[in-house]
Amino acid sequence: MTQQQTAGPPSAGHADLAEEFLDRQTPLSRIRNTLHRYPALSPALVLLIAVVVFGLLNERFLRVENLSLITQQVSVVGILAIAQTLIILTAGIDLSVGAVMILSSMVVAQLAVNEGLPGPVALLAGMIMGLAAGALNGFLVTRFRLPPFIVTLGTLNIFIALTLLYSNGATVRGSAMPDLLTWTGTTFPVGPVRISTGVVVMLLLYIAIAFILGKTAWGRHVYAVGDDKEAARLAGIAVNKVLMSVYLAAGAVLAIGAWIQIGRTNAASPNAGLDLNLDSITAVVIGGTSLFGGRGSVWGTLLGALIVGVFRNGLSLAGLDVLYQTLAVGVLIIIAVSVDQWIRKVKS
Amino acid sequence: MTASQLESTGTDVRQPILQARNLVKTFGRVVGLDGVSLDLYPGEVLAIIGDNGAGKSTLIKCLTGAEIPDSGELTVSGQPVHFKRPQDARAHGIETVYQNLAVSPALDVASNLFLGREERVPGPLGSIFRVLDTKGMRRKAKEELTRLGISTLQDVTVPVENLSGGQRQAVAVARAAAFGSKVVVLDEPTAALGVRESNQVLQLVRDLRDRGLPVILVSHNMPHVFDVADRIHIQRLGKCAATITPKSHTMTDAVAIMTGAATA
Repeated sequence: MTQQQTAGPPSAGHADLAEEFLDRQTPLSRIRNTLHRYPALSPALVLLIAVVVFGLLNERFLRVENLSLITQQVSVVGILAIAQTLIILTAGIDLSVGAVMILSSMVVAQLAVNEGLPGPVALLAGMIMGLAAGALNGFLVTRFRLPPFIVTLGTLNIFIALTLLYSNGATVRGSAMPDLLTWTGTTFPVGPVRISTGVVVMLLLYIAIAFILGKTAWGRHVYAVGDDKEAARLAGIAVNKVLMSVYLAAGAVLAIGAWIQIGRTNAASPNAGLDLNLDSITAVVIGGTSLFGGRGSVWGTLLGALIVGVFRNGLSLAGLDVLYQTLAVGVLIIIAVSVDQWIRKVKS
Repeated sequence: MTASQLESTGTDVRQPILQARNLVKTFGRVVGLDGVSLDLYPGEVLAIIGDNGAGKSTLIKCLTGAEIPDSGELTVSGQPVHFKRPQDARAHGIETVYQNLAVSPALDVASNLFLGREERVPGPLGSIFRVLDTKGMRRKAKEELTRLGISTLQDVTVPVENLSGGQRQAVAVARAAAFGSKVVVLDEPTAALGVRESNQVLQLVRDLRDRGLPVILVSHNMPHVFDVADRIHIQRLGKCAATITPKSHTMTDAVAIMTGAATA
C-alpha cells in the first residue's frame, strides 16, 4: 500500500491520502477492505448460506425445536471459544481450555457430592480452580516467556492427569448434585420453544465480553498487545499485566463453562470433552479471529461456533455419516484461514 | 563566587528545559556513556549525531527513562529527576517516538493517539463500567492533528496499517506532541521514509519547535540534521565531542568531528 501511495501523482501533495487511496480501489479490494474492517462479516455470510442450504435440504432443519437444539449443542464449545478468543487475540493459543473446564467441573461436582458443600460454595471453588489454572498458564507465559502453545500443551496434560487423579476416573451423576449445579441444563418456554438456561448464560457472557473488549481500555490493550507487543510496551502498556489478566479472565470463563457442561450433560465426567480444545480453536478461526493476534471479535467466534453446530446438525439431518461432518469442518477451517490470509493482505 | 553565579544566571535568561550532567553508563566492561552533558533550551531543535556505537542511543535512553545511568544528574526545568522507566519520563512531559514506531497497526488513528492513556466517559458509566469515551477521543485526536497541521490525516477512524510510512510516523509524532508538554524526542524519524514523507516529518519537527516545544532529534541523515537543527550535539566514543550549529560548521566538519579526523 505504501508503494501504491508513493507511486501516486506528485500533485497529490497535501490531499487526503487515505481518501485518495480509498477512491482508487477495485471492487475486489473494496470487498477485502470491508471484510478487513468488519471481521465478523464473512462468518455471518457463511452461517446465513449454511442455514438456507440445510433448510432447503431438510425441512426439519428450520423447525424451532431443531434450532433450539443447535444452540444447546454449541453452548459448551461456545463458552470455551470465548476464553480461546481472548487468548488468541493476544497472539497466543490455549490447548488446555477443555482440560481446565473438565478439571473445574470435577472440583465442583466432587465438593458438592462427596464433601457435601452447598452449591454456591462448590461453584466458587470451581471458579477458584479455573482462576488458578489460568494463573498458572499466565505465569508461565509472562515470567518464563515460553510460547503459549508449549505452555498449554504441558498444562493440558497436567490438568488431565490431575482430573483423573482427583476423581479416580469416576463420573459424578447430576441427580446426586444440588439443583444449582444442574440449573444450567434446565429449560424454560419462550412461546413455542424451550430455551436452555445454559444458552442464556452463554449469550450473556458473550455480551459482557464483547462490551469489555470493545468499550474499555483493557479491551483495547488486549488488541494492542496481540497486534504488536513491543509497540504496546513502548506506548506505556504493561504488557505482562495485560497477558496475565487475559489468562485469568479465560480461567474464569472456563469455570462458568464447567457449570454449563455439568448442566448440559447432567453429569461431571473426567473423560468428557477432551476434543473440545480443538473445537474451540475451530470456532475462533472460522469466526474470523486471526491466529496472529490483534484482530477479531467474540461475535465472530459465536458465529463460528454456530457454523460448526449448524454444519454438524444439518449434515446429520441430511443423513450423512458423522465422518462427513468432520470432513466438512476440516474444509471449513482451511477456507477460513485462507480467507483470513487474503484479508490480511490489506496490510502493506 | 555567589555573585558570579547570580550574574551568570542573570545574563542567561534561558533556563534549560532538560539538562544532563556527566552521565555515565556502562554495560559490563563496555562504556556506553563516559560523562556526557547536554542542555536543551526551550524552542530549539537539538540534533544528536554520531557514528554507530558512539552512544547516541544510550544517551537518548538515559534521557527518556529506558535506561538508568550509573551516575550523573538529570534535571527537568531545574528540578532533579531520576527516571526508572519510560513512564517516569513521560510523567515529566518527555515524550519519545521510537525508531521502530510504537503504533499498533490494527488500531485506528485515534486509538493509537490515546493508546495507554485512554479517556473514559464522565459519570458512573465511565467510573464503574469503565466505558471509553471513543467519540471524545476521536474529536480530540482530530483537533490535535489539525493543530499540528497534519493535513494528510483527516479520518482518525482509519486503521494505522492502511496508512503510508510517513503518515504512520506522523501519528507517532502527533502522539508525542499531544502529550509531551516539555520535550519531544525523535529517534531516527526519517530512517524508513521516502523523500516526500521525510520532508513532511521534518516540517512537523519545525512546527513543533515554532510552537515552543523543544525537540531532540537523533539521526544519521546529515542533510536532514542540517536542515532542521538549531544546535548539533556530536557523540564520539561515549563522549560529547562537540556541540556545533549548522551556521558555524559544515556537514564535512561535522563528519570530521564525528569520525575523529578533526576537533571543534
